[in-house]
Amino acid sequence: MGVDIGVPGVVASRLETAVNWARKFSLFQYPFVTACCGMEYMAVACARYDVSRFGAEIPRFSPRQADLLWVVGTVNHKLAPHLARIHAQISDPKWVISFGVCASTGGFYDNYATVQGIDKIIPVDVYIPGCPPRPEQVLDALMMLQDKIQREKWDGPRAASDVAPAIAAVPA
Amino acid sequence: MNRAIADALAAAPERGVQEDVMVLNMGPSHPAMHGTVRMVLTLDGETVIKCDPEIGYLHRGFEKQCENATWSQVFPYTDRLNYCSPLLNNFGYALAVEKMLGIKATDRCNYIRTILGEMARLADHFTSLGAGALELGAMSAFLYAVEARDHIWDLVEEVTGARLTVSFARIGGLKEDLPANFAERWEATEPRLWDVIKKLDQLSTKNRIFMDRMMNTGVIGADEAVSLGFTGPVLRSTGVAYDIRKDSPYFAYDRVDFEVPVGTNGDNFDRYLVRLEEMKQSISIIRQCLKGLPGGPLNVDDPHIMLPPKELVYNSIEGMINHFKLIFEGIQVPAGEVYSYTEAANGELGFYIVSNGTGKPYKLRVRPPCFYFMGGIDRMIEGGMLSDIIPTFDTINMIGGEVDR
Amino acid sequence: MSRAALDSLVAAFPQHILETTDRLGDEVAIVAPAGLLEIATWLRDTPAMAFNMLSDVTAVDYLARNPRFEVVYQLYSVSKKHRLRLRVPVGAETPSVPSVTGVWLSANWAEREVWDMYGIRFEGHPDLRRVLMYEEFEGHPLRKDYPMQQSQPRMDLRRKERDAVEEYKTLYVDKLAQARKAEP
Repeated sequence: MGVDIGVPGVVASRLETAVNWARKFSLFQYPFVTACCGMEYMAVACARYDVSRFGAEIPRFSPRQADLLWVVGTVNHKLAPHLARIHAQISDPKWVISFGVCASTGGFYDNYATVQGIDKIIPVDVYIPGCPPRPEQVLDALMMLQDKIQREKWDGPRAASDVAPAIAAVPA
Repeated sequence: MNRAIADALAAAPERGVQEDVMVLNMGPSHPAMHGTVRMVLTLDGETVIKCDPEIGYLHRGFEKQCENATWSQVFPYTDRLNYCSPLLNNFGYALAVEKMLGIKATDRCNYIRTILGEMARLADHFTSLGAGALELGAMSAFLYAVEARDHIWDLVEEVTGARLTVSFARIGGLKEDLPANFAERWEATEPRLWDVIKKLDQLSTKNRIFMDRMMNTGVIGADEAVSLGFTGPVLRSTGVAYDIRKDSPYFAYDRVDFEVPVGTNGDNFDRYLVRLEEMKQSISIIRQCLKGLPGGPLNVDDPHIMLPPKELVYNSIEGMINHFKLIFEGIQVPAGEVYSYTEAANGELGFYIVSNGTGKPYKLRVRPPCFYFMGGIDRMIEGGMLSDIIPTFDTINMIGGEVDR
Repeated sequence: MSRAALDSLVAAFPQHILETTDRLGDEVAIVAPAGLLEIATWLRDTPAMAFNMLSDVTAVDYLARNPRFEVVYQLYSVSKKHRLRLRVPVGAETPSVPSVTGVWLSANWAEREVWDMYGIRFEGHPDLRRVLMYEEFEGHPLRKDYPMQQSQPRMDLRRKERDAVEEYKTLYVDKLAQARKAEP
């Protein structure tokens, strides 16, 4: 982002609100699905939980057509360069959701093979704990991301406070 | 046959094959490769001359991790092997350790394991068929299949408390008994599953596009399949009726009546039909087990293996020490080695275990059915069209967690 | 049932069979590496044996023992429905056994995995390279002397978890603030 739109402040802030509103309800997802969490991702995307109600419709399987990267499942050192490359291929503005503990921290795979959290490779916007998280929790995370997108400021790409990652609540 | 075509193409310089071939990289982040497999393909036009599958993109050190966990701590790791049917992996591992300890689970436990295992098999086949149809362009079949899977998961959740990664088995038993109203809940769920099976059948089996994509693609012969170590629905589609549930029955499979469906051609369509038929058999097995569900104790009565009930742990010193020792030191498994095998949704799921007499496994090897499918998939793909890779890859039901561990 | 198979194996190759056991109902033969190929072919081709499926190949690292490794083959006969396990002891220096890829096709990938995880070479294997780990990986992770948490990343990893925030700050926010300050 960081667009210099050359209009007075008040107009810019209104435009900001409007564009952010549009962005948060038209998230094009790229599911980077590797492991078990993919099963829950399927459940979220299908009829019962229906992620498209939140403006995140059909997944796109090309990073060029997506702006929301879901990293769903364990990422190991063999796969890490591929993930970094896919993240680089998504054009700005882009957001990343880390789906499940393996993607967030490596989970209980603390060994030679597994990357201890994808934030060692790419920046993350929302972390979802759970192994795998329940669909409700995933929807909660998506709404958190939408809040975050709405709050984004255009002076500078993203204010540091906005970049600070959120963590989806664990249901009681 | 496919191999013959591929050889002929590769050895035909007059057609200019060697000049015109294209090397194409497919995956690992490709929707049809399930995110964890890469295929380096050599193409002549649209015909695949050579296929070199590369796996390991989901290798997360299962064996190393298990060597550093107690025998009971291994259960959560087994959940995540074949994550379409975690219960079957749980039970397979429990059976292996029980074989090592020389104990037999109780009758009631065996019946419940059979019921839950068949439910997991149903969920696995629904996922496999639904995703397979989706990748051939049939979105509606996928939506129905996932809905059916959610019905099963609702039941699984009522029993185990988790939707997917359940860790429900224990060495020598189960975490809990079935809830009191389980039979009624199953009665309510079963017609819904039949409904979806019927819908899948109607949407796919006689669908011209589906048939054209599936029939005579990904063909493998029976002898070759056996030599490649294929098991499960993929082997049965070639006409070899190898099903561990029948050949060396475990749990309650020797007390229920079911059939092993086999195919004839060993192609994708046969594998699809075998899975569809197996789902019907699974429902029948669950019905029979619920009917014959015996009473009696659920877990083996051995304080060296089973955790004491919570009242004893909190209120008596013996109970607490027992609990403490089992949790911290683990179940003491006598030294030795054992290979135990069960029929998981994809085929023979074997556990080769070596113990050195302590609370942790010295070696815990999983024999994953999918690993051997991936080792032989080049023979099913080479000589075929590029587009045939998608149904072939789907009907072998490659599961990353199991292949790469 | 497979006790008979084990007995006839011992009768046929007394010079290569080091030991047999049938503890816990699993028939096991410990085979000298020199006789492995001959025994494998015999087991597959003899009608009374008909072990036409090699279910699994793996290895065990007995660090303190000599010989250190043991390669384990699980055999199954689809027609006879019996099983047999072969164990082949392998020494620690340049561990290697003959490959059985010529006997059973499934040995191809299974032996690649054993090479990858334990570093045991299979002589005569057509394509012995890593299968689960990547080519740059050094060492063999399932050996008992490989530390569990010693990873070998293929790319530079961020040191701190919140590096994402830091990076954006230094790259964009701070730079922008400086640029604004520099404006007349």
